[in-house]
Amino acid sequence: MRVALFVTCVNDTLYPRTGRATVRLLERLGVRVDFPAAQSCCGQPQFNTGYRHETEPLVRRFDRAFAEYDYVVTPSGSCAAMVRDNYPRIGAKAAAEGRGPELAEAAARAVPKTYELTEFLVDVLGVTDVGAYFPYTVTYHPTCHGLRVLGLRDRPRRLLEHVKGLELRELPGAEECCGFGGTFAVKNAAVSAAMGADKARGIESTGAEAVCTVDNSCLMHIGGTLARRGAAVRPVHLAEILAATEEEPYA
Amino acid sequence: MSGTYLGMPAFPRAARDAVRDTTLRGNLRHATHTIRDKRARAVAELADWQELRAAGKAIKDRTLRHLDHYLVRLEEAVTAAGGTVHWAADAAEANAIVTYLVKATGESEVVKVKSMATQEIGLNEALEAEGIRAYETDLAELIVQLGEDRPSHILVPAIHRNRAEIRDIFDQEMGRWGRPAPEGLSDSPAELAEAARLHLREKFLRAKVGISGANFMVAETGTLVVVESEGNGRMCLTLPETLISVVGIEKVVPTWQDLEVFLQLLPRSSTAERMNPYTSTWTGTTDSDGPQNFHLVLLDNGRTDTLADEVGRQALRCIRCSACLNVCPVYERAGGHAYGSVYPGPIGAILSPQLRGTASEIDASLPYASSLCGACYEVCPVAIDIPEVLVHLRERVVQGGEVTRNGVKVTLRPAKGHAAERAAMRAARWALDHPGALRAGQRLASRTRRLHPKRLPGPGRAWTDTRTLPEVPEESFRDWWQRTRGGDR
Ligand code: SF4
Repeated sequence: MRVALFVTCVNDTLYPRTGRATVRLLERLGVRVDFPAAQSCCGQPQFNTGYRHETEPLVRRFDRAFAEYDYVVTPSGSCAAMVRDNYPRIGAKAAAEGRGPELAEAAARAVPKTYELTEFLVDVLGVTDVGAYFPYTVTYHPTCHGLRVLGLRDRPRRLLEHVKGLELRELPGAEECCGFGGTFAVKNAAVSAAMGADKARGIESTGAEAVCTVDNSCLMHIGGTLARRGAAVRPVHLAEILAATEEEPYA
Repeated sequence: MSGTYLGMPAFPRAARDAVRDTTLRGNLRHATHTIRDKRARAVAELADWQELRAAGKAIKDRTLRHLDHYLVRLEEAVTAAGGTVHWAADAAEANAIVTYLVKATGESEVVKVKSMATQEIGLNEALEAEGIRAYETDLAELIVQLGEDRPSHILVPAIHRNRAEIRDIFDQEMGRWGRPAPEGLSDSPAELAEAARLHLREKFLRAKVGISGANFMVAETGTLVVVESEGNGRMCLTLPETLISVVGIEKVVPTWQDLEVFLQLLPRSSTAERMNPYTSTWTGTTDSDGPQNFHLVLLDNGRTDTLADEVGRQALRCIRCSACLNVCPVYERAGGHAYGSVYPGPIGAILSPQLRGTASEIDASLPYASSLCGACYEVCPVAIDIPEVLVHLRERVVQGGEVTRNGVKVTLRPAKGHAAERAAMRAARWALDHPGALRAGQRLASRTRRLHPKRLPGPGRAWTDTRTLPEVPEESFRDWWQRTRGGDR
């Protein structure tokens, strides 16, 4: 089984810890993971803002970069959702615009092998206990794309429940959007900030020491809001929790 | 659509003001959360909800594909039953037809059943200009009308008002329109409802002309259907001598059997009831019972153009249940007025820019009034993929493209004001498609990380007003991989 890590542009540039944690976790579970350097961005910011044509070269790049792999694993719910939900749309539209089947074929190759990390762990590797150790109270925010587009359901929870030392706290209003939404946070800043503030209040009310998600984009917005409010809650990507062990604790 | 909302500030500005209004936010949060929880329970009672939803979607899609056919059948059936059918291409035509019909009766007052279509065309204002008074009889619409306000929700147009505000409006305004509010009116729901009942009773008994919309029109029999909770609609539909119904052409369903699906989907989605308290159906005219003259005004007003768009047409499946408003986190903060249209919330964000076009500032901003969280799609009883249409319309705004306007294919130019964004997107795509350049940029950012401002300039400023930026790490993932694994794979 040839497995490639799709680290995503946000993680690559701003959250390399999450990428390193994903590698460490997968290797601990016996998966030999590659990082094809030709990869870049899934095209989500462009596509969601209305620049579909700007996304097309990135679909082609994705297809080429991961051509030789059976699985593409990514620690980002929204990037996995972008590939699964929107690549076929981009392909179909290009075909409808008379530019041939090439993009649709690229999408058809990309979709079945792209997995969000928790899907890969639970569905492909068949594990829910990854031998992690994280002695803190944690609350989990299910991100919108993970929840509604990918349908991750209880996979992240089941993984968290098996982490030694971890105490999971229920998040009130968990399924409500945190207000990030990519360029939405800039274009509708006031509404985005109000949504973020409500999410932050909910997180603070749990008394948890850390909040985790499967997506650093949302976590950047949530963490930035918490920090500005002076809250002590730490934003942590789920992969970093799962990578932590007693021998190599989270730092 | 009507001119009522022209000059409306674009969505982000209007929403920013609404977000600051803490009373409004409190009213909205309370109301939407109560109804969304009730809806979830009402829906969970049905084991076959997803099948019903798929059926609703399929019926609407099939009907829309053959809309011309079903509309002609409807016209034949209505005419055979003694009604008269009028076709209105746009708001001005519809208003002119209704005004003419009312004037022909010699009346200068009409009672109205709550209807989105007549709001969409600004009928009350058009009638007013011709010296005809239109009285809204739905409780929430009455509150909006008395308060010289605009509706802010599809189902509960006065959702932005609390009880104390409503009491004040009744107390101060009812007298100007008819029977004044009773002395010493309190803000208890029972007293407010009684005041409205007394005020409206006068109007029902006097009215010779009623105006309504319809939730559905059944093609096979020419029957129109209104579902409601208060019973005022049934009064308006049965007491007057003349009934004029203004209905969007997308409301037609082929057969009575199709209603079986929608009469389950609609009440549970909208009021969280198993069945709505009043379901009225009327077919043409009947001797010595109910209205003796019946006119159906079939309204296009941008619908045929919307139908021509393969992605956008799904918005025409909408049955106006308002479930998407009640779960929308953006609607909850921005309030209905910010959308600058009678259709607020997620459905408004995709319907208004299609019916009106994206030329105005407000219409160009509506497709961006969403974080694409998908909650609206999840609750929609006819499975309208609202996020998909939002992104589709964003593309129309920033990249232009082919649309149908008044039946003619035209090519839209990209909207103004997006030039900098377009350039940035292109530059970003170029960098992302050249990993070498991306890497150089990452390294530069890492090397200068101590110099990064804590506040961003330009459009990013709003981000740093309320959020702390993450620090750029010393080493990108790419560089770490190269440094630690570079040689061996
Ligand atoms: S879009 Fe769907 S959820 Fe929203 S009002 Fe229409 S039918 Fe209801």
